[in-house]
Amino acid sequence: MGALQQYIDLYKEHKSLVDSGSAGVLNELRPAACEVLGNMELPAKGSENYETTDLEKILSPDYGVNIGRVNIDVNPAATFHCGVPSLSTSLFFSVNDLYAEAADARIGLPEGMYVGSLRQFAITHPEICAKYYGMCADLNNPVVALNTLLAQDGIAVWVKKGVKVEKPIQIVNILQNGAPLMAVRRVLVIMEEDSEIKILTCDHTQNPDVDFLALQTVEIFAEKNSRLDYYDLEESTEKTSRLSAMYIREEEGCELVIDGLTLYNGTTRNEYYSRFEGEHASLHLYGMGIEDKSRHLDTYSRIEHRKGYCNTDELFKYVLDDEAIGAFAGLIKVDKGADKTEAYQNNRNIVGSDTAKMFSKPQLEIYNDDVKCSHGTAIGQLDEMQVFYMRTRGLPEQTAKLLLKQAFMADVIEAVTLPGLKERLHMLVERRFAGGVSSCAVCNSSCSGDTK
Amino acid sequence: MLKVNNLHAEINGKEILKGINLEVRPGEVHAIMGPNGSGKSTLSMVLAGNPAYTVTGGTAEFYGKDLLAMPPEIRSHEGLFLGFQYPVEIPGVSMVNFMRAAVNAKREYFGQPPMSATDFLKMMREKRAIVELDNKLASRSVNEGFSGGEKKRNEIFQMAVLEPKLSILDETDSGLDIDALRVVAEGVNKLKSDNNATIVITHYQRLLDYIKPEFIHILYKGRIVMTGGPELALELEERGYDWIKQQVDNEENKG
Repeated sequence: MGALQQYIDLYKEHKSLVDSGSAGVLNELRPAACEVLGNMELPAKGSENYETTDLEKILSPDYGVNIGRVNIDVNPAATFHCGVPSLSTSLFFSVNDLYAEAADARIGLPEGMYVGSLRQFAITHPEICAKYYGMCADLNNPVVALNTLLAQDGIAVWVKKGVKVEKPIQIVNILQNGAPLMAVRRVLVIMEEDSEIKILTCDHTQNPDVDFLALQTVEIFAEKNSRLDYYDLEESTEKTSRLSAMYIREEEGCELVIDGLTLYNGTTRNEYYSRFEGEHASLHLYGMGIEDKSRHLDTYSRIEHRKGYCNTDELFKYVLDDEAIGAFAGLIKVDKGADKTEAYQNNRNIVGSDTAKMFSKPQLEIYNDDVKCSHGTAIGQLDEMQVFYMRTRGLPEQTAKLLLKQAFMADVIEAVTLPGLKERLHMLVERRFAGGVSSCAVCNSSCSGDTK
Repeated sequence: MLKVNNLHAEINGKEILKGINLEVRPGEVHAIMGPNGSGKSTLSMVLAGNPAYTVTGGTAEFYGKDLLAMPPEIRSHEGLFLGFQYPVEIPGVSMVNFMRAAVNAKREYFGQPPMSATDFLKMMREKRAIVELDNKLASRSVNEGFSGGEKKRNEIFQMAVLEPKLSILDETDSGLDIDALRVVAEGVNKLKSDNNATIVITHYQRLLDYIKPEFIHILYKGRIVMTGGPELALELEERGYDWIKQQVDNEENKG
């Protein structure tokens, strides 16, 4: 028994403390998660779909876990200033894994929805919470099992039938501590029939010299004809690890946009599991990663077309430099009977140095005849003739390469539907490639909202 | 302005240029002609500084400075322009951003502040008119989805914007219909002055009906084997390259 044992021990020793810091169904699922973990072996690095990611290594450090729910002296709402101009959002926080919200977070939000603490949701809406929590995340996934074992709070978003939330919800996850810390957060998104919402999450790390692990599980239930745009932006540090598992259920007529944007990180594995359970639904799953130094980004996706007439459009793009490592493994599975499925998967990568590495594994499994599907991957370098052409017009080599890398990401950025975010991303990506300091969302200590 | 002396260059270990000598003075128009594979495009790439080619011998001076020691962008700032035979498509980079970056990089080189947005757009409008380039192309990605003629016009447009002292136009006439050829050639002629010079690389006489060179050089097997006046181009049009090839090959065999 390896890295998992310390977490099992922690739970067993402090079971009542863990439970007292949480509520309802969150506590009810812990024993099952504990049992699964007790029998689990972590997938080894190099095994199927874990080509580059060593979970054992990521989970091994002796991270602190704030099971006692000690409040760190920080009031993010007071100092936080969003650096996305013209992006007016309702602002919520998790500082490590403690919930907080901006003073004016609820202004402009309609009736007929809940957004706030997941723990609170389990107390005030125990039946709704129990109906959904843990119902699509798979306990056999180590990230989910560990998250279920230790998650005490997080964010719940529940949009009732027919409610359309105009103002985007922004959830800022801040990691801030003096000693190594694991933040265990859980996100539950329930979209009832005909509802609509846009969500932007931003991961930030405040202390660049401290090791952090963000352990996240997201469950999204999209009921008939609902629409969700979900942007997940990471701007953390080289010493931050992130293990995220997102589970999505889509019913008939849903339209979902899921976008994973990794601008700065340390070691990240993002997993997406999506399933169509009704016809005429669509999923746009996009992502980009800009990786340099010895950063590591691993994306895994599994999309199941169980019903016909659904569309998937999947596109992930990476630019890797220095000794960075990127991995993409994606599977689109089309079940028997899923007629008129249209599914496209694409992974494109630029490897800018001799020492950076990219591993890509696009996969289609099709058990039905009447479908249109394609998948593809490309790993290449910047086109030398393009660089030369630009240089003959007077652009320095570095500027030419910068423009080409930005151009490479342009289609992912152009696909962003959140007003204000697209423009901001163009700027952030430009600055990122230029080697500048990132500050999307700009937290109190390290960054500020002005453009540096 | 340009003095090339005994220039040798290779790509992937294969020697292409085997001792080029060429001198160009302000106000002159030179044409370099020659059969396929003689090294015409290589010469243009080497003069513009394509890192894929290695100079193995000889010198090239541009206004007294060592051209071969400069990176391509400095050659551009110093006044050298290459019109590409195959203009490169750059998806995702708009023409207008590309040109702004180019203009401002040159201004920075000469210690000038970036051009204001108003001045820049005004200049773009004026230069576009020279080659009758459609406004809509300026907002598109560089050369992406441009027709063959539009790409070549775009080259001359960029030349107009950058105001080079020496322009090397590599087969600017290839792939052009007669109307596009006229527009491109007229653009080149409009930009011609006593202070700048042009080297036209071409296969055919027809471009030379519009752009009148004083000097015709024949490139064969990596060397300039013959230099003459405009009458040489006419003779080539009539007789082809074979007689020159034969002459050179015979001399080689003798040697």
